Amino acid sequence: MTPPATDAESSAAARQGRGTSSRTSFTAVLAVLAVLLVVSLTAGLCLGSVHVPPGQVWGIVTHALGADWSEPTWTRARETIVLDVRGPRVLLGAVTGAGLAVVGTALQALVRNPLAEPYLLGVSSGASLGAVAVIVFGVSVFGAVSLSAAAFTGALGALVLVYAAARTGGRLTSLRLILAGVAVASVLSALLNLLLLTADNGNEARTVLAWTLGGLGGVSWRALWLPGLALLLGIAVLMAQAPHLNLLLSGEEAAATLGLDVARFRARMFVLVSLVTGVLVAAAGPIGFVGLMLPHIVRLLVGGDHRRVLPAAALGGAAFLVLADIAARTVAAPQEIPVGVLTALCGGPFFLWLMRRDARRSAGGAA
Amino acid sequence: MTGLHVEGLTLTAGARRLVHDVTLAAGEGETIGLVGPNGSGKSSLLRAVYRVLRPETGRVLVDGADAWSLSPRRLARTLAAVVQDPPSGIDLTVREVVAMGRTPHKRLLSGDTAEDVALIDAALSSVDAVTLADRLFERLSGGERQRVLIARALAQQPSLLVLDEPTNHLDIRHQLEILTALRRLSATVLVALHDLNLAAYYCDRLYVLRDGGVVASGPPQEVLTARLLAEVYEVSAEVAVHPRTGRPHVTFLPADVPAPDVDR
Repeated sequence: MTPPATDAESSAAARQGRGTSSRTSFTAVLAVLAVLLVVSLTAGLCLGSVHVPPGQVWGIVTHALGADWSEPTWTRARETIVLDVRGPRVLLGAVTGAGLAVVGTALQALVRNPLAEPYLLGVSSGASLGAVAVIVFGVSVFGAVSLSAAAFTGALGALVLVYAAARTGGRLTSLRLILAGVAVASVLSALLNLLLLTADNGNEARTVLAWTLGGLGGVSWRALWLPGLALLLGIAVLMAQAPHLNLLLSGEEAAATLGLDVARFRARMFVLVSLVTGVLVAAAGPIGFVGLMLPHIVRLLVGGDHRRVLPAAALGGAAFLVLADIAARTVAAPQEIPVGVLTALCGGPFFLWLMRRDARRSAGGAA
Repeated sequence: MTGLHVEGLTLTAGARRLVHDVTLAAGEGETIGLVGPNGSGKSSLLRAVYRVLRPETGRVLVDGADAWSLSPRRLARTLAAVVQDPPSGIDLTVREVVAMGRTPHKRLLSGDTAEDVALIDAALSSVDAVTLADRLFERLSGGERQRVLIARALAQQPSLLVLDEPTNHLDIRHQLEILTALRRLSATVLVALHDLNLAAYYCDRLYVLRDGGVVASGPPQEVLTARLLAEVYEVSAEVAVHPRTGRPHVTFLPADVPAPDVDR
């Protein structure tokens, strides 16, 4: 039996619909993740070829935000480094990490599979192909927006293709889903390579190739508003739909009997997921495994209710990618490693661990 | 028109015919049992009733309204189902799972009201699962999970409750408790059952399915006869009225049981 709870505790538990003390308090987890994000953002602004102390970074940032309580004691060069070179890069990392984690969370619920994430399902490849096609063929009707629009189209196409392929002729198993994802992703990246090899401009091809490895370098403030908007839209819609994502946890038929129009809901969410993924890939390249790892880590902390998983995954994903990017540009300095390479180095083993865990679960959980 | 009316229902999967021309009625508050061997179409029929399998021909009327003309959300306010496919990988507490039953009655973004909490508690206690409330669903035994899913259906406050083999995985005590709880509900209940004796005891009327069609229907004492069991299940059985329950009681006779002296 649980010990008697105080009135405040039990009413809080009742309000949240859960009275468990076995899981860490949700607010505490959010607070820790928020602090972690602030720390990693600060570190991201401090570290690099020129080291700027944290105090100065905060001075520069608060000053730029209009606070007058710090006297400028820094050089203009440092201000430029912090605000114009590292600032957008660090923020794009945070936005991308948050977006990928949120999108991965949603995908895992939508296809009812713990191994789902935009990169493994070929969604990122679709987005890359779309974006690269725009770059190579030079069709930029709407400027920066056309890149994102093409990436979105590619992402949605790939997602629909993978889902349909995995679904035909039977149940959607992990194996079929991952195989379909791998197959579609390899076809798409073959097409992408073909595009690059036949491109007229060799230099362009090299830039694009670096971009396809996933990286946050060389970002300007102008490149930030679109990913930022996509992230806000994604989080807002998914948070509103969190109870419906929860229903899907108990299976499609059960979700339908609980009032969810499963096919329509999934179609709408696929569009949203592709939109967010497309915009993020257009800005930062395909960065894998963030969408796989973060939702799982966060679920261990706050449980499976999407109303709690989504915000925690967003904060955790943001902090994670900012930290990964710091590593990417400092580990082999002055050489810079594409951040996608680093996330894959963490994500691959994580994927294998997850597969093992699920195999154990389905072997032991059938009792 | 209250209750459930299934009219001339035919269901197909590709070229395969799952259910053929089934007509079935369940009056308000009645408990109707579906029995029949595996593959006789029980689950398919139920799936059509809870609006997952679209009828080829025929209609499913819930309280007079065609189930397929209602939105899933509207239907979920009057019909709840306990489906067979047991979910896995649900990282939620039992209370959170049962709270899902309130979703069709709520707007998105609104939290659980005091009424929701009370309904969830009541649902938990009617399946003897109050002590499970804070456990993780994933860590429960098969029988405990089944009880929790029934509690979730009850939290939906349905006027029609559809259950597909709800006593699977349950030990005998909980089989009896669950079925007793179901009969006490004011809701109309349509339940597929394997165990003919449980069906005979708890159901007001039975429908017997074979090869996708109804071969008999009526009160258990009229339906459950040795001849019908021989025909539908291809086994010999003895049916007697149980002296304590007053309901028919079926004893299956394996082929190596010697025949009695009197005429079978």
